[in-house]
Amino acid sequence: MRLTVRYFALLRERAGVDAEVVAWDGPAPDVGRLREHLAARAPALGEALRSGALLVAVNHEYATAATALRDGDEVAFFPPVSGG
Amino acid sequence: MGGAGAMPGSDGRARVQRGPIDVAAELARVTGGTRRVGGVVVFVGLVRDFSQGHAVTKILFEHFAGMAETKLAELRAAAIERFGLIDLVVVHRFGELEPGEQIVLIAAAAEHRAAAFDGCSWCIDELKKSVPIWKKEHAPDGAVWLEAHP
Repeated sequence: MRLTVRYFALLRERAGVDAEVVAWDGPAPDVGRLREHLAARAPALGEALRSGALLVAVNHEYATAATALRDGDEVAFFPPVSGG
Repeated sequence: MGGAGAMPGSDGRARVQRGPIDVAAELARVTGGTRRVGGVVVFVGLVRDFSQGHAVTKILFEHFAGMAETKLAELRAAAIERFGLIDLVVVHRFGELEPGEQIVLIAAAAEHRAAAFDGCSWCIDELKKSVPIWKKEHAPDGAVWLEAHP
């Protein structure tokens, strides 16, 4: 399956990209497994991805580590919001 | 906030934009088409030149295009329902903003002032918690992403 991963703010800077396509073989992951997979690839991004304050949205809706992912999903990782 | 997606009928009343906000135009938008409005409370958030003991030269606002608009529309609908508002407009800017510039406008229209004050206040508090927008504060000695602010 293929997932689109997006990063914002500090995570975007750490990742060095706005977005990437991740090809996933085997059983569909949940958000937590995807996050750990991404974190293991790069230390700077990994530290930010493992932050307890991290927020996740799947297809523009807030999600949790347990949220199951399907082929074609867009998964966005970002820090706590600070608008206004 | 529920997963209702884009709210019907927002019609430009919950949006993100780069350019300045025309306060008079938004006031007209929120009261347009009815004579039932007894009061409108308008909140405009501005960039300060000072934050937590240091100078601020500019703030960069980044937003999650698509999700930010969806969450603003959900917020608007929730505020209208919760406080019995006649209408509400919420506009947030993105990009680089300098001290003195507008960041956000919320205009809440109601039959009576209490609901307008309460709805407007609730809306800005919730916006700061739920809408995917981030600020990077630039100071003379560097820039930092803010993770929480009052």
